[in-house]
Amino acid sequence: MLTSLSDQSLAALDAPVTVDRDTSVVREREKVERESLSDQTVWMLAVRDNRDRVAFGRLFDYFAPRLKGVICRSGMSPSQAEDVVQDVMLTVWRKAAMFDPERAQVSAWIFQIARNRQIDVIRKERRPVPEELKLPEETQEDAAQVLALDQETQKLRAALRRLKPAQREMVEKAYLGELTHSDIRDQTGLPLGTIKSRIRLGLERLRHELKEQGLT
Amino acid sequence: MTGVRHHIPDPLLVAYVSGSLPQAYSLVVATHLSMCDDCRARATAHEAVGGSILESCGTADLSGGLRQRVFDMLDEPVIETPRYERSGIFPAPVMEALGGLPPKWKSLGMGVRQSILSHDEGGSVRLLYIPGGQAVPDHGHNGLELTLVLQGAFRDETGRFGVGDLEVADDDLEHTPVAEDGVACICLAATDAALRFRSLVPRLLQPIFRI
Repeated sequence: MLTSLSDQSLAALDAPVTVDRDTSVVREREKVERESLSDQTVWMLAVRDNRDRVAFGRLFDYFAPRLKGVICRSGMSPSQAEDVVQDVMLTVWRKAAMFDPERAQVSAWIFQIARNRQIDVIRKERRPVPEELKLPEETQEDAAQVLALDQETQKLRAALRRLKPAQREMVEKAYLGELTHSDIRDQTGLPLGTIKSRIRLGLERLRHELKEQGLT
Repeated sequence: MTGVRHHIPDPLLVAYVSGSLPQAYSLVVATHLSMCDDCRARATAHEAVGGSILESCGTADLSGGLRQRVFDMLDEPVIETPRYERSGIFPAPVMEALGGLPPKWKSLGMGVRQSILSHDEGGSVRLLYIPGGQAVPDHGHNGLELTLVLQGAFRDETGRFGVGDLEVADDDLEHTPVAEDGVACICLAATDAALRFRSLVPRLLQPIFRI
């Protein structure tokens, strides 16, 4: 029966196989890239994409004690700090869909959620935050961009570790809100330029996709 | 938005990201970030530093029940806080400060109007409406003043400021912004102390106008 089919139909029959092979190559590459990502990013993606509670538990065990540490540093009582930690981790679970690894690393995203929550609690009014960028309906992430941002962040962390203790203390104070804005001057030459370009790329890609889908 | 030429200086951006910037200024910074991808990318880069510090700083022991409490709450229904969207020239943070309503303008004379969004000991933030070609009353200020253009443009001794541009003026700057001819200039302005207008409104009236 196959012999009665035209060459064209045969080609059409073949086509899905080719597509499958391509997809598997892509999947294989993505798997490799995913394996190079930091644990935290992998956990967060599992929470976002699969509502994975085990992964959420890992994120909790990693971030909750650290969050409590920095929140207590700003002078909150331990019990109030735990209330904030609870709210932050619940936000991580509930707003996981907003996590965009092309634009922010997990720790940066959680840091920002924590700052917002902390200020809301202290000032008893909502902290002004920038307009949320709409996310395209289907986010097909650029794995290379995600990996590159992840690696930039690792470089940044290494640069922080290399700072002299006094310098490092200044940087910590500045970013944990222990200095006034007039005290914050030069940020001791941290390699922010490259990471900024990475984030900018992610933003541009997002804007482009929004445009394609007619969302802007 | 393209074409923004006056951006948020890094110390101010770090103060915002770290949460140490007072509310009035934070509103102006958040509004600029809504209009300027370049600063949004820079802010996110600073957040990456914050995140790295979060990861590398010490930990504090959690009380026993916290983890289980959080897990127990994962499936609870979420009460959504209202989200505001940009409306016309006003980005979402301004709409939130306005409570979703149009600004309530009050005349300052000579066609200049203002709408105070918040005013407390931490600072004040307002919308200013300046007709095309009109000067903003000559003023000095006691501290930092941030002015963000939402519509039109103005010029002063330091340059030209168009839509999305942010002017950062410290207490040394005595400036006379003049709105460009044409469409009225609408700005979002934050100060940490009462503005001292020199000419338009007699000083005695300043407490009444809260400027």
